[in-house]
Amino acid sequence: MSEEPAIEAEGLVKHFGKTKALAGLDLTVPPGTVYGLLGPNGAGKTTAVRVLATLLRPDGGHARVFGRDVVTEAAAVRRTIGLTGQYAALDEYLSGRANLVMIGQLSRLTAKAARRRADDLLGRFDLTDAANRAVKTYSGGMRRRLDLAASLIGNPAVLFLDEPTTGLDPSARALMWDIVRGLVAGGTTLLLTTQYLDEADQLASRVAVIDGGKVIAEGAPAELKSSLGGQRIALTLAVGADTQAAISALKPFATGTIVPNEPDRLLEVPVSAGDGLATEVLRALDAMGVRVSDISVRSASLDDVFLTLTGHKAEEQEEEA
Amino acid sequence: MTALFADDLTTADLTTERGGPAQFLSDVWVLTKRSIARIRNEPETLSDVTIQPVLFVLMFAYVFGGAIGVGGGNYHEYLIGGMLGMGLAQTAPGTAVAVVSDMSTGLIDRFRSLPMSRAAVLTARTIADLLTQVIGAAAIALVGLAIGWRIHTGAGDAIEAFALALLFGYAFTWAGVCLGMVLRSPEAAQQSGFIIFLPLTFISSAFVPTQSMPGWLQPVAVWNPMSSLAAACRHLFGNPNPAALVHAWPAQHPELAVVCWSAAMLAIFAPLAVRLYRGKGR
Repeated sequence: MSEEPAIEAEGLVKHFGKTKALAGLDLTVPPGTVYGLLGPNGAGKTTAVRVLATLLRPDGGHARVFGRDVVTEAAAVRRTIGLTGQYAALDEYLSGRANLVMIGQLSRLTAKAARRRADDLLGRFDLTDAANRAVKTYSGGMRRRLDLAASLIGNPAVLFLDEPTTGLDPSARALMWDIVRGLVAGGTTLLLTTQYLDEADQLASRVAVIDGGKVIAEGAPAELKSSLGGQRIALTLAVGADTQAAISALKPFATGTIVPNEPDRLLEVPVSAGDGLATEVLRALDAMGVRVSDISVRSASLDDVFLTLTGHKAEEQEEEA
Repeated sequence: MTALFADDLTTADLTTERGGPAQFLSDVWVLTKRSIARIRNEPETLSDVTIQPVLFVLMFAYVFGGAIGVGGGNYHEYLIGGMLGMGLAQTAPGTAVAVVSDMSTGLIDRFRSLPMSRAAVLTARTIADLLTQVIGAAAIALVGLAIGWRIHTGAGDAIEAFALALLFGYAFTWAGVCLGMVLRSPEAAQQSGFIIFLPLTFISSAFVPTQSMPGWLQPVAVWNPMSSLAAACRHLFGNPNPAALVHAWPAQHPELAVVCWSAAMLAIFAPLAVRLYRGKGR
């Protein structure tokens, strides 16, 4: 593999006062792929993106975008990147089209090319009807789409998407996912941060889980999920059921510790996925004479992966800058 | 999966400048157009420089004016020089509000991630505000003419007076940019108008001659840049100018004093603003 990485970070460190937002972050993103940066609020995702997008100067370490250093060659890096942050970075009082043309021109397009591409993007992102309306009249989903269009108008080779779907309703989220898939098909490299494992699973070919400003696990989403999270069976026992008997019946299925919540008669069991699993679990419980009021099987959440990886819950640790 | 664009970009679609003054000017132009488009979409934002000073002129002319002596001269003629100073300096809080809003929406982050000139964002803001100041100066002159203010000198002097007023206003705009960079909310920026700019206007000869103030306050008022601008305009328009009788350097050389004050403010606030901008988030 002699191909130059699209993004390469080595030992990035960034402090905000006493808080260490990045504590030696390493990252290698191959070109033409979607790379997910996964972690809870405060893990350092946004800080990492801001350093890579030349908005923050790291206190330590190096980062390069297509071989250009984000500190010493920031101007060159800016010609290759696009950034879509958590908040739509648009002029509320201008129309959608005027925003795109402005950002296109500031991305060094000629006025004519900026107008042509603005119209292309408005059509592609289903915003043509709203093109001449002020952005402040747009819905949340429309803003995100326009914001994404704005970061694409200069044809960036690398696109940073910082929590692109946080706060969006399911249909707006599905539309964003479609757009992202279209981008990768066009050869763009994407670095995507998200709090949602399912989102990384849907979009990214590789993910890095970060916590406390460091990468604590890296790999394809499916690998991470099966090795670290698997599935969960959640049970509500009937009134008067024997919790200890239930736990011993469930032990053979469990891939980790079973944590009982006695007052609410709840049991959560980490399991590895399998056909007919719920039926087998119920049979085993029935054999022990344990009656069950409710059962559900769900995929491991980011919190579960986190619990497995770090032994602590993903809590809010800091305000990200 | 379809590609995003029907056609790829060619070199003909890209501008040729790579940094330097050409890029700076082109970026300033694009961003100034942005601010002008906003004014066109929401003309009510101009009320700060039009309706507000017109109301001030009418209130001072017809409510307070009768009680204020200006050494035997006509108060309506006295008023306009002071009003130009107030009207133009008062745009600074509006500048601060606009800068705070840009900073808080994330738009500035986008600008900072684009291959564009760093100084262009702030420069464009001040140029757009200078254009609104031209509109404001015209509004004040028109209401002045309506209440009996006249220019008694030549066109050259009158042009010099307006040019000084706009230079003065432009210097205040950079102070507004710095305020916007330091303050956290548009509300705080709005408040700065009352906390900083109202005292600055009223402890000056903008509306009353400094001679009527208590002795301890007079030096403050005499050295206030607002007094210098008011005196310079009155002198150049041939309006009543009681400051000519004050034995202090700025009162005797008001035009030069305005140039010095403005140059000093530009020399401090413009580099400071650019520094604050570059340092954002670092």
